[in-house]
Amino acid sequence: MFDKVLVANRGEIALRVIAACRDLGVRTVAIYSTADRDSLHVAHADEAICIGEAKSSRSYLNVPAIISAADIADVDAIHPGYGFLAEDPNFAEICQECGIRFIGPSPEAIRLMGDKAQARKAAKDAGIPVLPGADEPLQTAAEARAWAAETGFPVILKASRGGGGRGMRIVRDAEDLETGFDQARSEAAAAFGSGEVYLEKFVDRPRHIEFQVLGDDLGNVISLGERECSIQRRHQKLLEEAPANGFSSEARERMGGILSKALGEIRYSNAGTVEFLMDEAGQLHFIELNARIQVEHPVTEAVSGVDLVRSQIRLAAGEPLSEVLPGPPEVSGHAIECRVNAEDPVTFRPSAGRIGRYAAPGGLGIRVDSAAYSGASVLPHYDSLVAKVTAHGANREEAIERMKRALSMYILDGIKTSIPLHQRILDEPAFVEGRYDTKFIEELGL
Amino acid sequence: MANPIRHRKEVEELARILDEKRLTEIEYEAGGLRIRVARSGVPVAPAATVEPGPGAAVTTGGSAKPTDAAPAETDQQPGITVRSPMVGTFYVAASPESPPFVAIGDRVRKGQVICIIEAMKLMNEIESEYDGVVTERLVENAQGVEFEQPLFRIADD
Repeated sequence: MFDKVLVANRGEIALRVIAACRDLGVRTVAIYSTADRDSLHVAHADEAICIGEAKSSRSYLNVPAIISAADIADVDAIHPGYGFLAEDPNFAEICQECGIRFIGPSPEAIRLMGDKAQARKAAKDAGIPVLPGADEPLQTAAEARAWAAETGFPVILKASRGGGGRGMRIVRDAEDLETGFDQARSEAAAAFGSGEVYLEKFVDRPRHIEFQVLGDDLGNVISLGERECSIQRRHQKLLEEAPANGFSSEARERMGGILSKALGEIRYSNAGTVEFLMDEAGQLHFIELNARIQVEHPVTEAVSGVDLVRSQIRLAAGEPLSEVLPGPPEVSGHAIECRVNAEDPVTFRPSAGRIGRYAAPGGLGIRVDSAAYSGASVLPHYDSLVAKVTAHGANREEAIERMKRALSMYILDGIKTSIPLHQRILDEPAFVEGRYDTKFIEELGL
Repeated sequence: MANPIRHRKEVEELARILDEKRLTEIEYEAGGLRIRVARSGVPVAPAATVEPGPGAAVTTGGSAKPTDAAPAETDQQPGITVRSPMVGTFYVAASPESPPFVAIGDRVRKGQVICIIEAMKLMNEIESEYDGVVTERLVENAQGVEFEQPLFRIADD
């Protein structure tokens, strides 16, 4: 096991990694920007090193400063959290070259998954179902036309280097294809530095289902089941659940088997999330693989009982999967996570500022992941996630009840939060009945 | 580089507001001049900082300089604090055999190399931003330093 780990992140995920390290008896080093001197990750790590100014590019994205900090603190490994450098293959490679273990997949795997067209091809070749579409990036509008004729309209053009819902264009009929193709290419070039696009069949009312996987360095990969993340606003997830509504254990095992085999073959290691679109007929289609720990990992932890971050650290330290997860993973009960953001619940505008009174809810079945405290500043430099509230119950009804209770007992003033929005979602009949897709928020008129 | 004394009026005014409003920090920027007045250390009685001086840290200048509360004691003494512009390892000399770039009591000129910070195997020469006399070295040779960590004290000429 590692002696000392540097946590290359801030906020709740930095605290989450510090907690996992403490449980393992591993010492931690926090890095922080000048704006984060009073942040909890600095307080709770065994050591803390200021690495630069508030702006992320000068601190949390500043690779030379982070590597220097790792060097002077003499750490064995770096956990990148999510966001910032978590999916930068060059950073993972630099860590490797400096003799520091990057707690995540190999640089090669991160690079492969970062190219969405290549990732789709790799997934398809490995036997993971993908949407009908072009297997190679498109060079000309004529190619796009040919593929669209084969899959049928509507189709979606996606930037190869895109992701997270950006760099996409939907084309509903043949006459718009040429314009759509040209626009998609120029948008992709402007946003991602590469005009490469690919094409897939477009699903009008999809659900977003994703599978959590863990792999070791020996080519063993296991699936820990799925999460439903269809409650989204402009491709930003607001609420996640595990298991997915109406998803059978047979379907879970079948996809788990496919992923285990496919990702084992490409020797995918550490944590990853395989994202799927579920079409109206209930079929799953691969969209992308996120080569990191996800924000919403606590819902999987709640229903599986597996500490995912601790598992990441143990796997990175070279332990085999058979030791990290001795028994077959099982799903027990139901979990829901609400992402409490510092934003206006109606306009969704970020609401930075100083937190006044603060008391997080607790009690049976409630977990709160947060770096907030009374007097803490929610900084405009970073993302607006203030807390993740996870409710676990024997079944979905109980999880919903507990979540409602927790949100109603959350005392957090001084800033606006998305709590009222979550309360509204939890009361919507379509949500209560578990019948919803990614259009849910839009159809609420938000 | 602005001279703090030349802007005494502004600094005093900011310190007065700082005190009156019981703030811990004010930063003021106008016409290429940036002044930050902050209480250093833990709870200072409100009346203690009517004037800038002991109990209030003052930084001026337009360079990429600290905008945050500085570690306490060093700023309470007269003179200027030279801070590390990066995280890395501090060296007093170019090599173990070489003499130190500066010794206590040495007069330094703006632009003169005063130490090295090694970051990712690169030796970065750190230059003094001030003219003055080195009164104190605040870190040991070969010690790790963080961003903005005080390295030297330089007294005004």
